[in-house]
Amino acid sequence: MQATLPTRTASEGEVSPAAAMIRRMTGLFFVHAFLLAGAVFILLPFVWMLVTSIKPPEEVFSAELSFWPDRFYGLENYGFALTAAPVLRFALNGVIVCTGILVVQLLIAIPCAYALAKLQFPGRHLLFILVLLALCIPIQVPALPIYVALAWLGLLNTYFSMMVPFFLSVFGIFLFRQFFRSFPDDIIHAARLDGMSEFEIVWRIVTPSAWPAIAAFSVFSIVAHWNDLYWPLIVISDINLAPPPLGMMYFADAETGSNYGALTAAATVLTAPLVVTFLFARRRFIEGITMTGVK
Amino acid sequence: MPFRRQFLWQKLTGAGFALPAFLLLLALHVVPLLVLAALSFTDYELGVVTFEWVGLDNYAQAFSDEVFRRSLVNTLYYVAIVLPGSVILALLVAVLVHQRKRTRSFYEIVYFLPVTSTLIAMATVWQFLLHPSLGVINAALRKLGFSEVPFLSDPDLALPTLAVIGIWQLVGFNMILFLAGLSSIPRDLYEASAIDGVGNGIDRFLTITWPLLGPTTLFVIVTTSITAFKLFDTVAVMTKGGPQGSTEVILYAIYLEGFYYFRTAYASVLTLVFLTFVVIFSVIQTFVLDRRTHY
Repeated sequence: MQATLPTRTASEGEVSPAAAMIRRMTGLFFVHAFLLAGAVFILLPFVWMLVTSIKPPEEVFSAELSFWPDRFYGLENYGFALTAAPVLRFALNGVIVCTGILVVQLLIAIPCAYALAKLQFPGRHLLFILVLLALCIPIQVPALPIYVALAWLGLLNTYFSMMVPFFLSVFGIFLFRQFFRSFPDDIIHAARLDGMSEFEIVWRIVTPSAWPAIAAFSVFSIVAHWNDLYWPLIVISDINLAPPPLGMMYFADAETGSNYGALTAAATVLTAPLVVTFLFARRRFIEGITMTGVK
Repeated sequence: MPFRRQFLWQKLTGAGFALPAFLLLLALHVVPLLVLAALSFTDYELGVVTFEWVGLDNYAQAFSDEVFRRSLVNTLYYVAIVLPGSVILALLVAVLVHQRKRTRSFYEIVYFLPVTSTLIAMATVWQFLLHPSLGVINAALRKLGFSEVPFLSDPDLALPTLAVIGIWQLVGFNMILFLAGLSSIPRDLYEASAIDGVGNGIDRFLTITWPLLGPTTLFVIVTTSITAFKLFDTVAVMTKGGPQGSTEVILYAIYLEGFYYFRTAYASVLTLVFLTFVVIFSVIQTFVLDRRTHY
């Protein structure tokens, strides 16, 4: 190292400012060329979805490669998507299912996480070990027995059947526990001395302080369940209850055949809510989705 | 309140707070897992009232079943393409994006877009893009003088095509994980290396960035493996296991056996095999995470 140091600096010193500038610019050119090529690959389906959704059938079916439609057909395509299949109904189902799941997840996970983080009770270690073990079991594993149970109870084809396997989020418990552990004990003791019940402490003191974790978790939960196909596909056969992915699949299979204009219009309507939210709350969104990985 | 009584009260509250989560954990994870294991030794089929114990018959059948073996091989083949593809691309993109100042958020948004969008809807769009006669990709190939490529109907191409879509979906997610890893590398290390004469970008990458990103990389590899192993959505929408079984994958096999043919007992064996793989990945993940914290 020591020996090479002087020669290196000497040779770099010889490069004229203009040459260094040119080298920098070519470097930048290649970096952006690479990144933009990747960006085109990523954006291609989105852009093509949008332009196809406003194209008339004869242009969709023409073998010619044309980007922008000659004839604007957006109203017809979106109109068809919204009336021929209950696309808005799918979106509403998505909202109902995601909200239901998230509310119950928070109501169950927050007190449990607080108990695990701050209270002594029998079975605490066992519970935490179970939580850690359950973290690595994907939904596809308990799906079969839960399905059989729901079939026995006659609960298939209900909103409840779509939501129930997700009422407990072990990931939520794990995450909130980590967050609550760093909450100062002094404040909790002071609140107890003031005569607050543990119930009030959880919901009025600890929970508000954890809102970044709750917001990130909410994003994580909503994105996961808005986009989930596997479980709804299993328990739902009544198309009026279908959440967006199942509705989309049904729409692609049955209603439209190869009416790609209407199909891309439906895809746009069902993809838009999350993408638009993402564009407006980018930081929180990225945090929420990747939180499983980064922390 | 005397200390002892207060302590007892805390125990009761703690147990009370944890109880709903504990009961759900039993109902949604522990009991289903036991039922699944028990079912795997029976000949139970949904809708049939009686069942018999058949010992290891289902296991013997699963391991000699051509279709199941093929679906396992296909799944691993898919992982073998998606894993290197999405990890290496994401690393490259992250390193290049990390150095950008004004354009960084643009690239972040673009590359992250597929993560936020509904995969089922986008899979429908991809299917249209890849259409032999109507798709823009084949139209472009024709324009360039190539012949049409039947991406989804050629048994040799279908799974790799799904893998490219898998990479398209995962690059942004992995990029964000790498960016988080990159921002935790202290700036002074790069300054020190510049003084030491480590001049060009590739040297800097090899001597500093790559070794320090090691733990992040291991983590990304494990999460990507698990995600890729759970391939289901694009198969269900785009190929349904075909052509000629070339895209039959493990989750799709479980879905068909368990929820389409209702061969519940047999599907529970397949589910247990699936779980074994996920647990192996998860054990590696825990091990890797453990190393991360000691780093």
